[in-house]
Amino acid sequence: MTLRAHLVVVRPAFTLDLAMEVAPGEVVALLGPNGAGKTTALRALAGLTPLTDGHITLDGTTVHGLATEQRPIGMVFQDYLLFPHLSALDNVAFGPRCQGSSKTEARRAAATLLERVGLAGQAAAKPRHLSGGQAQRVALARALAVRPRLLLLDEPLAALDAHTRLEVRSQLRRHLTAFDGATVLVTHDPLDAMVLADRLIVIENGAIVQQGPPAAVARRPRTDYVAHLVGLNLYRGQADDRRVKVGELLLSTSEPLRGPAFVAFPPAALALYRTRPDGSPRNLWQARIEGIERHGDNVRVHLDGPITAFADITPAALAELDLMPGQEVWASVKATETHAYPA
Amino acid sequence: MGSHTPQIRPAGRPAAGREVRGRLPWMLVVPALAGLAFLVLPLAGLLVRAPWPTLIERLAEPHVLEALRLSLVCATIATVACLLLGVPLAWLLARVEFPGRRVVRALVTVPLVLPPVVGGVALLLVLGRRGLVGQWLEAAFGVTLPFTSAGVILAEAFVAMPFLVISVEGALRGADQRFEEAAATLGASRWTVFRRVTLPMVMPGVVAGAVLCWARALGEFGATITFAGNFPGTTRTMPLAVYLALETEPEAAIVLSLVLLAVSVVILASLRDRWVNSP
Repeated sequence: MTLRAHLVVVRPAFTLDLAMEVAPGEVVALLGPNGAGKTTALRALAGLTPLTDGHITLDGTTVHGLATEQRPIGMVFQDYLLFPHLSALDNVAFGPRCQGSSKTEARRAAATLLERVGLAGQAAAKPRHLSGGQAQRVALARALAVRPRLLLLDEPLAALDAHTRLEVRSQLRRHLTAFDGATVLVTHDPLDAMVLADRLIVIENGAIVQQGPPAAVARRPRTDYVAHLVGLNLYRGQADDRRVKVGELLLSTSEPLRGPAFVAFPPAALALYRTRPDGSPRNLWQARIEGIERHGDNVRVHLDGPITAFADITPAALAELDLMPGQEVWASVKATETHAYPA
Repeated sequence: MGSHTPQIRPAGRPAAGREVRGRLPWMLVVPALAGLAFLVLPLAGLLVRAPWPTLIERLAEPHVLEALRLSLVCATIATVACLLLGVPLAWLLARVEFPGRRVVRALVTVPLVLPPVVGGVALLLVLGRRGLVGQWLEAAFGVTLPFTSAGVILAEAFVAMPFLVISVEGALRGADQRFEEAAATLGASRWTVFRRVTLPMVMPGVVAGAVLCWARALGEFGATITFAGNFPGTTRTMPLAVYLALETEPEAAIVLSLVLLAVSVVILASLRDRWVNSP
């Protein structure tokens, strides 16, 4: 293991307590809502926020007693924080200079790194003349220039517009794959996390609520926050064979299960009817429309009733059903579209 | 999705009209103009009464040049001294948490509100020949500060340093400290962070503070005459020369004043253009 950490940061109204391990070459994403403690965790790893308790070891060496400048880390900040008075090249050369390289050596190393991120032509440019995507790459090169054992990225793509983001995301993925140390990145964007990370750690209120490979987390969300991120309706209930009792409602599922269980299904699996459908399919309940909003090419209908749910329907279906907020409708989901797993 | 909201326009009125804001209140305008006149008229008087035909000649007089040279040299050295001591002091106040920081900050600004003559007396009591530190300085090193050019520099620095400290501290507080954190993650010690990141980023504030400090030192009168006296060639700076000339030779006083006024205006102009209005 490259990184082993138990981070405890206690503040008046907030406590962060999380244990994590990251293998060499592994990319771990800390995912969570605003205020969950992701950035605090990252700052604690960097030594910018003091630990109340816990420990951090890197390659078997204890580092939590060291000042930030003595830790073998590299950090990419959300808004990059490139030094405005230095050129791109000197920004990247800053770290090697601090580590004792001569000016020439540091600049040579920096030039190599800038070339690797495809910015050889921008070496002399001041940060204010760089585009968002270029600044992000300079920030990455600057962090890598100190040859860190632990690379920390705070919302590395959040400051980019949608188009640039797509491009930079795949480049970043490539650079992270090539990096042999441990990487911890913080994001609130599920897509960034899925694309960039080998493993997700989901944090809510300062504690880990779920972790695992991105696909597993996406398939089996364990909190409303994760379910919302990956776009699933999620319920917790009591399973009894192929039925899960969620509140007053009994949902039929495809997997046999017993005890506390989660049931998840995508909003597109919900069918809506103005009147009670014939043939009474199972998993049918009466719901009230709380709101209707656009969602990509579709329409997302917010339902209240025995369970709250999102239903995605086409604009054509919306027009045909003539749905309005406040209406009572019938909702149903096929058992085969649901996914049940132990809680 | 563009649904058109009907535009509301008052009937019978052109769409493009001058904004009507009512008459200016004379209760504000009259005192404002009076205030402006009060500030500008004395300066205008200086220009009107200046002996223009003999100006060059008077400026070239040895005692004028002497006083000007002494003023410029002393103010510059005082400013350098203030930079060497004041910038670290400003950094301490802005970046380091220590008990009594508020008290220290208040103390730093005392010379700003203290009558300069009182500052001069205080300096005499501490650094004078029989002063607390002064008698020791004389006994140990044979150094006497009062009534020397070094005394002038000391008096000017004492009065002017708060301007620099306040300006630099403000710049430091305004500077984004996360850049310093970024430098730390790159392995920079606190000294390196200060030298290579903090200082370049607050440079405009340092320059503005240094210019203010220099201007204040150049115009220093009270503390200088109290602590350093009024000896031609060693401690008689421009303001002292002006005061002295006023009693014997008013026209010379006007000429000297004009020189100081010109220097002030040049400083103000350079400060505004370069450091205040620039983006």
